[in-house]
Amino acid sequence: MPLVKEPENEVAAKGKKADVLCYHCGTPCVSNTIAIEEKIFCCDGCKLVYEIINDNGLCDYYKIQSHPGLLQIKGIRNEKYAYLDNEEIAKQLYDFTNGDHTIVTLYIPGVHCSSCMWLLEHLPKVNPAIIESRLNFTSKEVTIHFSKSKISLRSITELLASIGYEPYISLDETENAQPKSFNKQKIYKLGIAGFCFGNIMMMSFPEYLSFTSGIEQQYAHLFRYLNLFLAIPVFFYCASEFFVTAWKGLKQKTLNIDAPIALALIITFSRSIFEIATNTGAGYLDSMSGIVFFMLVGRVVQERTYRSISFNRDYKSYFPIGVNVVTENGIESKRLQDLKEKDVVRLHNDEIIPADSIVLKGKAFIDYSFVTGESEPVAIKQNEMVYAGGRQVGEQLTIEIIKPVAGSYLTSLWNHYAFSKNKEEQNDKESVIHLLSKYFTWVLLFLAACTATYWAVHDPSKIMGSVTAMLIVACPCALLLSSTFTNGNLLRILSNNGLFVRDSSVIEQLAKTDEIVFDKTGTITQGGTSIFTTTGHQLTEDELDLLYSVVCHSKHPLSKSLSAWLGNRKETEADTWKEITGKGIEAIIADKLILVGSSEFTGANNQKIKADKASVYVRINNNITCFTLVPVFRDAIPKIMPALKQKFKLALLSGDHDKQKDSLAQLLGKDSELLFEQKPLNKLQYIESLQQKGRTVMMIGDGLNDAGALQQSNVGITLADDINNFTPSCDAILDAKKFDLLPAIMELAKSSRFIIGLSFTISIVYNVIGLYFAMQGILSPMVAAILMPCSTLSIVIITSGVSSLTALKHGLSLRPND
Amino acid sequence: MSALFVLVGISISVAGFFLVAFIWSVKTNQFEDKTGAALRMLHEDEIDNNLF
Repeated sequence: MPLVKEPENEVAAKGKKADVLCYHCGTPCVSNTIAIEEKIFCCDGCKLVYEIINDNGLCDYYKIQSHPGLLQIKGIRNEKYAYLDNEEIAKQLYDFTNGDHTIVTLYIPGVHCSSCMWLLEHLPKVNPAIIESRLNFTSKEVTIHFSKSKISLRSITELLASIGYEPYISLDETENAQPKSFNKQKIYKLGIAGFCFGNIMMMSFPEYLSFTSGIEQQYAHLFRYLNLFLAIPVFFYCASEFFVTAWKGLKQKTLNIDAPIALALIITFSRSIFEIATNTGAGYLDSMSGIVFFMLVGRVVQERTYRSISFNRDYKSYFPIGVNVVTENGIESKRLQDLKEKDVVRLHNDEIIPADSIVLKGKAFIDYSFVTGESEPVAIKQNEMVYAGGRQVGEQLTIEIIKPVAGSYLTSLWNHYAFSKNKEEQNDKESVIHLLSKYFTWVLLFLAACTATYWAVHDPSKIMGSVTAMLIVACPCALLLSSTFTNGNLLRILSNNGLFVRDSSVIEQLAKTDEIVFDKTGTITQGGTSIFTTTGHQLTEDELDLLYSVVCHSKHPLSKSLSAWLGNRKETEADTWKEITGKGIEAIIADKLILVGSSEFTGANNQKIKADKASVYVRINNNITCFTLVPVFRDAIPKIMPALKQKFKLALLSGDHDKQKDSLAQLLGKDSELLFEQKPLNKLQYIESLQQKGRTVMMIGDGLNDAGALQQSNVGITLADDINNFTPSCDAILDAKKFDLLPAIMELAKSSRFIIGLSFTISIVYNVIGLYFAMQGILSPMVAAILMPCSTLSIVIITSGVSSLTALKHGLSLRPND
Repeated sequence: MSALFVLVGISISVAGFFLVAFIWSVKTNQFEDKTGAALRMLHEDEIDNNLF
């Protein structure tokens, strides 16, 4: 008889009272007790924030949008920002300071609505020492001007935290403050190229239309020289990046796609100058500026940046900037990089251990889930080691550093060679585009040689004309345009469906993927909750109370999840209570002998009750019940696995024990490899071994413990419940809410190769037509000027059309927030 | 026909004016935070309503 605890009851109970929403954050309130006048709050935290806002006359905050706040149930510790009093640290954060007037920019992840903006821009009303505050809504950064003599950075940070907008300050950001704004140079180039292209086109029209009657000399001169004048910035400024990349490639003895493009541009420009100067023709400046303009458009489209997302975080982002060091003069705040061996550090609840250390005082209960992927916190005794990256849960802890920060166990992973390579460059080198362009260039040079030989025999005067015209026409800009526009459109579609890709080179790797490796904790399973099913004797409510009294004192992971699942129950004091390591708990409560533990310990193996690794057996007097832990998978997992199983080889890496092996094996299929108790370095090496077998591996993980594997894999995807949260460095971030779209996303990425191929084939047709004229030496500027936009236009239509259609076919949405 | 010279001059300078305006708008960060600017405009209204 299964005994199933009914979580529905709880929900229903909450639901009845859920009519009242917290005035601050909109969370359903359980009781009406926390209130000011008629305004009800869900917790004291929210009430406190309201009081501060109300005291400062900023209640418009609640009028702009109802329930604008964020849940404040988790209070902020007093000393949390003490390190900002250390001027050395604070200085790193300032954008500008003249001793008094100071400007600082802080990233506030909580910004989400117009009320947030209104409140954050009214900070001077709360404290007049703040001169001005301005929020950049897109990047969620608030820039604050303040008078340093009147208010400290710490007070500002605490003020922000007290009104519910706690800024995120990390070491990584302070060390290499990189400008997040988009590349303005590219936009300028685009604007100028567009301007010149439009005007050159306009001025070329008389030339096109005059092929029968001939244009009046004076106007021909005017228009041609004006064109030349306008083409100068296009050639020397707008197109400069093509020359630079081509030159870089040549220096490394590779022919990248920019090389033939640069060649075509140089030949077009010099032939046009020659024709205009000798008054023999109008040149091909219109086509040249058009090509440059469209290629720049393609590159800008392809360069999609997500300003509030960072893809390049390493462990430093997770570490605190400052730590509290115990010295003779009391507690001092020290910068992380100033931390030395033998320093004594005080850690509070939820703080991260900065370096490998020894526990001096306090009960260490360390959650290593982020570092190793193990889901349960571990208890550590005095004088034992704790490792950097672990998070203290519970009381205050005093530790002594024994290794410098950079030499710690966790951080040493970043010294692995996998982290030294530049993935973007590597992806670029493997790109189909560069491979194709190599062949393209050689074929083109061969054809040019043939044409030259032919005309050398028949009519030597036509050599120059035909060969240059050929090189102009055959510029592989169509190839570049196909890939940039396809990637640009795919990036847009993917981001609308919850996958944020670092750059376009990742799409090609996504398309090549043939094996997907999953992390378990946090990726396949959802952390935090566990559910048990029961078999055997059905326990009464009283017996459940007794069971709770027994297990709630145990530190064993299974006991802890069991007591969490049982919920808050009446606790009865035990007469005797004994935990036997490796076996279980033996207790006598209310005259009943209760055994909790393995099947041997409780004697359950005599009674034919199904055994499972993730089971706890409970014996109350002579009745035995078996509690089996049911893994809580993310909702999307059962949906996506069957689809993925068919197309990819799957594997699972877990830092955890293999207690859920059976259900995981069922989920991933028989052929999948499941590895447990994998350390971060093991995960990296596993990916490497797959790659050596010639596989293109995609890794999906979530924590720092996957960082090595994410880096080593061809495509490392981080699954994030909140995309603005802090994810390890990776190639793409997938919104966990959109996890079920993964098979469709993979299909779409695969189609990118077909789309690029298709549009390239079509543009080749235009090229062949152009070559037909060019090889005969009769390519007129007008034919060139017609072919160029036609080919561009068809590429744009095909790439965006086909990729959008493919996306719709696979059930992806084309609009954001659908 | 010499009117053509004047017209070409005018058309290029008009286009040039727009080019300069575009570069200026990029330079002064007007494309940095489009959502923010749109929201900020609404707020000033809100406060006015409360004053009157």
